[in-house]
Amino acid sequence: MITAVRPDRRGRSGAGGGAPAAPGGAPGPGGRRRRTLDRLRRGGLPYLFLLPALVMELLVHIVPMLVGIAMSFKELTRFFISDWSGAPWAGLDNYRFVVDVNRPVGAALLQSFGITCAFTVLAVGLCWLLGAAAAILMQDPFRGRGGLRALFLTPYALPVYASVIIWAFMFQHDNGLVNHVLHDQLGLTDQPSFWLIGDNSFAALVIVSVWRTWPFAFLILMAGLQTIPRELYEASAIDGAGVWRQIRHITMPSLLPVNQVLVLVLFLWTFNDFNVPYVLFGRSAPSAGDLISVHIYQASFVTWNFGTGSAMSVLLLAFLLVVTGLYLPLTSRTRRRRGHDARVS
Amino acid sequence: MRRLRIASATVAATTVLLATATLTACGGGTPTTAGGAPGNDKPTTLTYWASNQGSSLEDDKRVLAPELRKFEQQTGIKVNLEVIGWPDLLNRILAATSSGQGPDVLNIGNTWSASLQATGALLPFDDAAFAKIGGKERFVASALGSTGAAGKPPAAVPIYSLAYGLYYNKQRFKEAGITKPPATWAELVAAGKKLTGDGKYGLAIEGANNAENAHHAFVFAKQHGADFFDAAGKARLDSPQAVEAVKQYVGFMANDKIAAPGNAEYAQNESIGDLAKGKAAMLLWQAAGRQLKARGMKPDEYGVAPVPVQSGAPGQGANVNSMVAGINIAVFKNTRNLDGALKFVRFMTSDAEQKVLNSTFGALPPVVSAQQDPAFNTPELAVLRGALATSAAPLPQVPDESQFEELIGTAMKDLFADAAAGRPITTETVRKRLSEAQQQMPK
Repeated sequence: MITAVRPDRRGRSGAGGGAPAAPGGAPGPGGRRRRTLDRLRRGGLPYLFLLPALVMELLVHIVPMLVGIAMSFKELTRFFISDWSGAPWAGLDNYRFVVDVNRPVGAALLQSFGITCAFTVLAVGLCWLLGAAAAILMQDPFRGRGGLRALFLTPYALPVYASVIIWAFMFQHDNGLVNHVLHDQLGLTDQPSFWLIGDNSFAALVIVSVWRTWPFAFLILMAGLQTIPRELYEASAIDGAGVWRQIRHITMPSLLPVNQVLVLVLFLWTFNDFNVPYVLFGRSAPSAGDLISVHIYQASFVTWNFGTGSAMSVLLLAFLLVVTGLYLPLTSRTRRRRGHDARVS
Repeated sequence: MRRLRIASATVAATTVLLATATLTACGGGTPTTAGGAPGNDKPTTLTYWASNQGSSLEDDKRVLAPELRKFEQQTGIKVNLEVIGWPDLLNRILAATSSGQGPDVLNIGNTWSASLQATGALLPFDDAAFAKIGGKERFVASALGSTGAAGKPPAAVPIYSLAYGLYYNKQRFKEAGITKPPATWAELVAAGKKLTGDGKYGLAIEGANNAENAHHAFVFAKQHGADFFDAAGKARLDSPQAVEAVKQYVGFMANDKIAAPGNAEYAQNESIGDLAKGKAAMLLWQAAGRQLKARGMKPDEYGVAPVPVQSGAPGQGANVNSMVAGINIAVFKNTRNLDGALKFVRFMTSDAEQKVLNSTFGALPPVVSAQQDPAFNTPELAVLRGALATSAAPLPQVPDESQFEELIGTAMKDLFADAAAGRPITTETVRKRLSEAQQQMPK
């Protein structure tokens, strides 16, 4: 990722197959123009290849995002949704409305934000822990390792809707598998619990989210482990290091760059997750499982006020930008310091 | 170092953009200018969004397909049908409204008429439009009362009329020694207590279904002398009478314990299944016949009685026992086949089609001349017709109606969840939920 930033001219011209500039070409206007063209061709070709991706990126991501930002400054109520351009500008009114925590809309948004933070910390932590444990346990070859790897990756490979709707069936109060096992068979609860409404919905959400996402952590960490030279472990074993010491002093430091990106990506996915809560709970999520993405959707579609809904979205975007903007430099510095310490010692 | 920082920043920015764009895109989309004038440049096809009236979306397709073929034979216009479930229909219509890309003809819940009318997405049925579909006087007056705000041309015309009835399992009543269906809520609770026990319950409730909750809230509020909207169309969700009304309904589960706690989760018509299986003995529903049949309950196994009242007999005022329920058919203003769309509305509201469709779906035709048909003289429809004629009231036709349904429906869903978890449902807890809902109503 880092090296990709530096353009390697020699490599590119080779890949582009551009002919070298005419040797010994006479200097003059014609020659200069040819040289300019030539340089343009060599330098421009990679950008030409990038162009379709760039256009799609603009169409699919950037333009809707800018439209969303513009919407957040408009009074886009039901009277204007069939003619957006006719909606009056609202200035910062939408923002004032959604951050006023003394009123129900702002208070509900704040509560949803808090729940989402707690959910994200818990889900990302568990995903990472499970992924790391499984990856380390499967670092050494053993019979059936390939099969187990494939099995572990299954939740990640299944379509979201299909797998989450099955979880919703399993979490049903009356006929669900979860209550059947916990209550009917094991007798752990006095009466069947509710998972899709009420306070347990938070736990249901964490379980499904971790189940779905941990294989990704597993996959990435497994790939990261492959890059650690075996010799390090062998040398440390000769020096008398046990498994825990190896994990602490070899595995974890070597995985730092992988973890940096993995945790960030898991954080963004989990924080923004719309599919899992929406499929699990439907349109109106119970308050204990009221994640922010569904909350914004619900707030927009209940009141048909897409201006305030967009304002909430933009605030969410700003929050994630700030978190990421702080996270990367901070973790990079730690990484560099650790690397430095390691070299010194 | 500097390169690293730039790289980090690039990675950060790209990742955040990618991750959040999905969410913003939810509210985004390309703003096609909608509200354009209807045209006729696509005269050979129509897209029709039908609501779910049968026992499943597939069932609706089976019923409608031969009728649409008839229309194609008569006019040469091919109708592309999509049946949309109730939980999605309103959002699909909203999305179509904001993008301008929608169907030509669509079904709407009649209670949404004024809300959708306010968006300007539907073609107003003025005199000229009515003339093309056979005239305003073809329709039953009460059904026309739920087609938009008073004093404006209707945003839609009625296609199916419905009302609530009390469906009960005859076998369960016989076993419990109950000889006649309850006529007041006190009688219903008493009967419900007799019918509850051994894992079976007196009443089935669709506790997580916002629309059902809102409909019941409306009727119970009427019976307690409350209206959710004043004459100016302003909402008041948490009046003391409304609190009592909601408390009484949620109380069937929380305080009277005649409904299973598991019902708090029901949103996919599970309660109809419970009645058919005998798991619950009573159900308040509109035209449940076809759905009961699909779940294996024959017409002679259940009875239908008027929905109970507080005291006395069903009537107007505090003795309202049903909303004027029904489905309207509307023309999307952006249609590119206006003539075809109006022809299709005329076809769907013709006597012949009204008889076929309403009798199949177990509804009553809102068309005067079709109502006289003997197909609509079943005992079930007699009860529903009686309610519509004497004791049903329309939900307020105001722009905020659909918001009211969502907000009070969700508040009641949360109350049912509390009741199921064993938390007390008191005047105070109900008022708190309703006040929160009130504060979210658009100003």
